[in-house]
Amino acid sequence: MADQETIVIGGGHNGLICAIVLARAGQRVTVLEACPNLGGMAAEREFYPGFKASLAQTLYAMPQSLIRELDLTAHGLEFATEPLPIRPLTTASTPQSITAVSLTGAEDDDTAAYPKYVAMLAKFAAALAPFWERTMPRVGVTGVSDLMTFGKLGLKLRLLGKENMLEFFRVATLPMRDLLDEYFSDDRLKAALCWDALVGSQLAPRSPNQAVLTLLNRMAGKDAGHHVVPKGGMPGLVRALKNAAVQAGVAIRTNCAVKSVHIEGDENGQRCSGVELEGGEMLRSDLVVSSADPQTTFLKLIGAQHLEIEFTNRIRRLRNKGYVARVHLALSGLPAFQGLDSPEGRLIIAPTMDSIEFAWDAAKYGELSEAPVMEVLIPSLQEPNLAPRGQHVLAANVMYVPHDLKSGWTPEHRAALLNTVLSELARYAPGIQDLVLASELLTPQDLAAEYRTTNGHWHHCEPAIDQLLMMRPTYEAAQYSTPISGLYLCGAGCHPAGDVSGNPGRNAAKEILA
Amino acid sequence: MTNRTDILRDDASDPFAGERLKVSYFHDREKVLNLRDAWSSWNGFKFADYYYDVDYEYFCIRNTCGTYDICPMQKYLVEGEDALPMLNRMVTRDLNKLRDNRVTYVAWCTDSGRLIDDGTVFRLGENRYLLTCGSPCLAWLRKSAFGFANVEVTDATEDWAALSLQGPTSFAVLQRMGLDGVAALKPFDIGHFPFMGGTLMVSRTGFTGDLGYELWIDPELALPFWDALYAAGTDFGIQPYGESATNMARLEAGFIMPYMEFNEALKTVNFEYDQTPFELDLDWLVDFKKPHFNGRAALLEQKRNGPKVLLTKLNIEGNKPAEESILYSDENCAREIGYVTSAMWSPAVKANIALAMIDTAALNGEIWAEIYYQRELRHHHKVARCTIQSKPFWSPDRARLTPPGLV
Repeated sequence: MADQETIVIGGGHNGLICAIVLARAGQRVTVLEACPNLGGMAAEREFYPGFKASLAQTLYAMPQSLIRELDLTAHGLEFATEPLPIRPLTTASTPQSITAVSLTGAEDDDTAAYPKYVAMLAKFAAALAPFWERTMPRVGVTGVSDLMTFGKLGLKLRLLGKENMLEFFRVATLPMRDLLDEYFSDDRLKAALCWDALVGSQLAPRSPNQAVLTLLNRMAGKDAGHHVVPKGGMPGLVRALKNAAVQAGVAIRTNCAVKSVHIEGDENGQRCSGVELEGGEMLRSDLVVSSADPQTTFLKLIGAQHLEIEFTNRIRRLRNKGYVARVHLALSGLPAFQGLDSPEGRLIIAPTMDSIEFAWDAAKYGELSEAPVMEVLIPSLQEPNLAPRGQHVLAANVMYVPHDLKSGWTPEHRAALLNTVLSELARYAPGIQDLVLASELLTPQDLAAEYRTTNGHWHHCEPAIDQLLMMRPTYEAAQYSTPISGLYLCGAGCHPAGDVSGNPGRNAAKEILA
Repeated sequence: MTNRTDILRDDASDPFAGERLKVSYFHDREKVLNLRDAWSSWNGFKFADYYYDVDYEYFCIRNTCGTYDICPMQKYLVEGEDALPMLNRMVTRDLNKLRDNRVTYVAWCTDSGRLIDDGTVFRLGENRYLLTCGSPCLAWLRKSAFGFANVEVTDATEDWAALSLQGPTSFAVLQRMGLDGVAALKPFDIGHFPFMGGTLMVSRTGFTGDLGYELWIDPELALPFWDALYAAGTDFGIQPYGESATNMARLEAGFIMPYMEFNEALKTVNFEYDQTPFELDLDWLVDFKKPHFNGRAALLEQKRNGPKVLLTKLNIEGNKPAEESILYSDENCAREIGYVTSAMWSPAVKANIALAMIDTAALNGEIWAEIYYQRELRHHHKVARCTIQSKPFWSPDRARLTPPGLV
């Protein structure tokens, strides 16, 4: 594999991680990034002069083992804070605070139940953790390593003990609502606790499918899935990755959008032979790794004419509609939230699980909810450089906002959504409107354009039972290799899924090197 | 323009009109000639199994000529700049070689190389192709067209009235009709001829292995065309024939039939109960010089390993048709090696012939068929020796001769 010239499409965290691992193994790797900045959804954006933010703004899903393996600390990765608590916002009762180890401000029975709930999830998360870090077996192929993977998963679950194993099978696809109802009574607490199982997906508390598995996947990250802010924000992580890449000899080209993956064919069949840039430049390489989402990779960069018909149609029908909008506010001062000394932590605006459900009900019919639910973070509290001195950045993940709004995304609808978000915020932080210097709304459609990800889905395609494990993004492309010889995937659309975990990038590199 | 659906219904005032079989554009003539009322159906059309007598119709195909109604055959127009790349990725043959006004026989497969269907592609012009096949295929065509910006697929099944005219006198009939230039048509050529203000398209194609043509006309001219054709054919023994006679003729020619030789892959439930082109002895349809077509990787692997079973032409001793026979490697019927897919006593060849799916590994050994038959309700069975025939059972020179002989 030495002397191997490799092209990685996309300089997001997965592209960079894949490039680092390949370069360290001796390949000559070039990363091509379409945007001026590296980092993909974690890249820094100045949305108003002096006010900066990034779409991904906390780290939670990246396993400690990967941080160690890439030696990111040596390349400048530091953490500005302890994990952020989750704070369900309220206008009346005692503010609660949820961390990995404790719950404060809740009723006694809920407080007592919390450690049991966490312990149950932690056991399952630990059993599953190794599977997020390996290539999934090919169904129908019974090679030794495939069998080993199946065997290890079975063994891991069996080692939980019979009761725990059966409990895992029971809760794995349970709606979050049912699971939380078993443990807790307080509505606001339950709404906050289901947030991390739902955010970024097409699920609400009553949806069965993969909500619990998403939570368990995230819990395999450093700090058991609780969110930390890297020093410098997520761009700080991107800088560390860039440093590691450069040191490993990776060549990086930004402002370098790929127009197509070049496929050569003759009687021996087809193989990948390089890429054509949007400027027309041809870069030759017989190994191309794409961190773009699967629809972009297969349908735009390669094209149906090079692919099998049934495969193409599976890619076509991937479920990948984004439902999270982002609002950025440039604030002239720190807003005061009722009941909070300081608005630190992840502030959840979702009074009940029903309120989340109702917001989803509107979105699934292509409409905007009048009472959206959201997670609010003031990242400038952790990282003062994001705003001018004494001023602040507020970032809100707003659910559920349909990519394909039925009435279309007119300026009026955008203004209406922004207004709704501001008035929701003002209920918990009266007077916040007076602090707003500027605002930015990124609908899923905007995310699609800004980050070149089809339909603006955080995870490139929905992490759901039908698109997970050996089905992610679809069979015949679920082991990072693709039907095109020399072309691999390494993005969030691959196993184990999205978030800034880095697992798809690393797993893909290992598969290429295997 | 007349509403075509109305033409295709026998009686629009019928309260069950929507439930009944559609009728062909030629139905008004065919119903008069269907003396036995032997109707079955094809793709939702009322369709003659036979008109008068199966053997009589078969002998017309071989000795004079007959017409077979191909209105129910599925016809799809594939048009646009991407029509060629789209079709070329779908079928296993290389369509880049197909010139204007030429027809080619094609097959198409699933991603895993299992045969979906076979049919013919007509190149009607640049960026304009007609695909014909036995079963509806629109869903697959639409799937195949996804990702191609400039291609439009239209179901044109009811846009043509079409008849297959087959048999040694078929050329003479067209000549008698005054189709100037029809003599020059080589096998798989297409010609266009004026007819009553419209255009008659003639392709030298068919499904009988004999001299023959397929005739394509505007539905509004269907009946006048029928009358002109039958007037010209009177002296040449023209006679409509149905499904049963077709099935005899195609077996003699060695052509495969869905639900006889192969199960359409998209409708097959049991794992690999469908077939690949290699198993069906259609290697020549699969062009690996093309860098990509659907199922290529799977087919290449099968080509390298060789198919496990192979559709084989058999001559069987005796005269008892080996319909549905199981095949063995020994006269004692101890070891099964395959089964017969189609069988008949061939009057033209004077032989007991069959197509059979046989384990490739057993092809070098003896092949025995266990044949069940009955005589006046008494059931018998016999075990007959089979020999492999490599060439089609029936393949007369006249089928290829250009210009064709007048009889």
